[in-house]
Amino acid sequence: MPEIVMREAIKMGLEEALENDPNVLILGEDIGAYGGAYAVTDGFLKKFGPERIKDTPISEATFIGTGIGAASAGLRPIIELMSISFSLVGFDQIVNMAANLRYMSGGQIHVPMVIRAPTGAGVQLAATHSQSVETWLAEVPGLYCVCPSNPKDALGLLRTSIKSNNPVIFAEPALLYGLKGDVPEDYYEIPLGSASVSKEGKDITLLSYGAGMSVINDTEKILSSKNISAEIIDLRSLNPIDYKTIGKSIKKTNHLLALDTARKNGGIMGEVVSNIQEDFNDWLDGPIIRVGAKDVPWPYNKNLEGAAYPSAENIVNTILEKLIKV
Amino acid sequence: MVKEITMPSMGADMTEGTIVKWLKNEGDKISKGDKLAEIETDKTVVEMEAYNEGFLRKITSSEGSSVKVGNIIGYIGDMDDDIPETPTQNQSIETKVEEIKEVSEKNNISEEVLETIKTNTDNLSTNKSNQVDISINADSIRIKASPMAKRLAKEKNIELSNVIGTGPGGRISKDDVNNYIPGPTLVSSSDIVSSKNISLDDSNIPLNTMRQAIARVTVKSKTDIPHFQVIVEVDMTEAMKMREDINEDLENNGIKVSVNDLILKSTVNSLIKYPKWNSSFDGDKLISHSGVNLGIAIALEQGLIVPAILNAQNLDLISLAVKSKDLGNRAKGNGNPLSNEELTTGTFSTSNLGMFGTHSFTAIIVPPQSGIIALGVVKKEPKIINNEIQIRQIMFATMSADHRVGDGAEGAIFMNEFKQLLEKPSRLLL
Repeated sequence: MPEIVMREAIKMGLEEALENDPNVLILGEDIGAYGGAYAVTDGFLKKFGPERIKDTPISEATFIGTGIGAASAGLRPIIELMSISFSLVGFDQIVNMAANLRYMSGGQIHVPMVIRAPTGAGVQLAATHSQSVETWLAEVPGLYCVCPSNPKDALGLLRTSIKSNNPVIFAEPALLYGLKGDVPEDYYEIPLGSASVSKEGKDITLLSYGAGMSVINDTEKILSSKNISAEIIDLRSLNPIDYKTIGKSIKKTNHLLALDTARKNGGIMGEVVSNIQEDFNDWLDGPIIRVGAKDVPWPYNKNLEGAAYPSAENIVNTILEKLIKV
Repeated sequence: MVKEITMPSMGADMTEGTIVKWLKNEGDKISKGDKLAEIETDKTVVEMEAYNEGFLRKITSSEGSSVKVGNIIGYIGDMDDDIPETPTQNQSIETKVEEIKEVSEKNNISEEVLETIKTNTDNLSTNKSNQVDISINADSIRIKASPMAKRLAKEKNIELSNVIGTGPGGRISKDDVNNYIPGPTLVSSSDIVSSKNISLDDSNIPLNTMRQAIARVTVKSKTDIPHFQVIVEVDMTEAMKMREDINEDLENNGIKVSVNDLILKSTVNSLIKYPKWNSSFDGDKLISHSGVNLGIAIALEQGLIVPAILNAQNLDLISLAVKSKDLGNRAKGNGNPLSNEELTTGTFSTSNLGMFGTHSFTAIIVPPQSGIIALGVVKKEPKIINNEIQIRQIMFATMSADHRVGDGAEGAIFMNEFKQLLEKPSRLLL
């Protein structure tokens, strides 16, 4: 299959689910007549009709709650949020309701619901539309939380997310909707909770997820020019976290750099490196380095936003200063 | 990186060796342990092993040439490494100066730790005004090593204090441990004779170079030097108690003061007070030495060596403890090999067989020194103090002295000072 962009891969996954399972429906703001804020659901209203492609009022609490009700009753709703920052007004529905219903009902009620939402900074959407709320949601037991970094993973993860009988937060890096990548023609799925080693190396493990992977790929190129061989791991799933894959890599490279494009303070990598240090201390040949965005409200100004966002050059300098002498 | 190949020392009395034959050619690939060359000392030919790997880049001393111990005879490195011009003596002196600089730079980094140790010693000391300046060896500082390096060192049984950290901030990394090479090992062409592999049969057992050197030195000593002995009984109870206190205080610094360190310190202080025993007999005169280079007899599998702690008069107890541990490690092949100076310029020696439970013994003086103290085990004994029987910790110390340098009375006075210092040990902290 030729290269496609991330937006098309997600669209493909949604379309496939709508075609194969009559219980699948999509709820969200401007997803029908307008075709979605990022045009992911463009043409769906015409193809699948207003019963299954439902434009909702501007109230996340309402339509997430509607989704939970529909899921409890046996449908498989997919919720689209215009920004993951808007999940904040529906937080009670997500965190208290969706995540806990199965547990509190003693397994009687399942919530097979996917909440898709663009996430992250880098596209000049300013402070209230640029947050990476998936790092907050990743803490909640009862919610799966995934975030793809390329079209192939987006399609594979979306398939398993829609099939899951539990609520899944499906965070889509806003910066990457136009990212091109190969997608296999044959059907495949990617299990929730699995990280991927996207490049093998021996000197240092570079770990990130979502939009961070672009920065990591650039970092790897610079390191490679300095004869440092980096192994790249894409976390893909923030809950659960695939410590097995990360640990295996640490045992090989003995160095770890973990990158969040979310704010460093409270980023998911804080959790990851803490557990790695606890379990793999004897394989670490230097401190674990964490890099994240600046702890500031995301600026709208392009230069300022760029300055708050982590850069490959800074990461390389940190590695050379603290970890590996060349 | 280019590594120098230097003329190894194969015994305390060896000052130079002759290269009989190079067993490798320039450009040959060298693995650790490969036989590099045959070296002739005045008695035996010994094969010298490589303790670095790479390629034999350059031979600077040709076959047949006689080279001083420690001087460069060739280089091992990668094929693309630059090889220094054939070194002159000056160049190798410059290298030494560089090395010393590096060590003192390391000391600067450890300023903070040094301060802690100083404070600790201040607390221990009752008379601060007489405090000797502390110069702490780089080994005594808290060792910065990655968790991985620590685990590897443990697995490989490597003392981390001997490994040089090349990571950021001088941190010891896994590579530093993996690349660590213990001091050069010398394997004689004849098998090493140790008490272990002598069986009961009729055969000639060839002696290694070290054994031959020991034979020469001891015969010379016993032939030339009229030995007399002075034996004192030392009550070590207070010294043992003080040592415990010091070690408790030093616990976090990774330094430990041993019983032998107290003995060394007492010996040095006694020599400072009675410097005659720090001199050498030379026909019609005594040659007195400005520094106390304190020899310590160290038993190795191959035999005995008596390397010295140089200028021990400048070291306080803790520095002395650090130095003696370092000397012992290096004598056993961990870390930099012992220098020629350490092997040959001792001015007075000690020999301790306490660890074998020996009650007491007499030792043979290492020429041209004028004395050696032989120490036995520290053992609990009933003693009468103020008409009461008390349990005290007793050690016997036997000085062998050169009668040409001094007489029995002088030996007795000297040994009494040695005894007093250990029995009222707070003076050892001054």
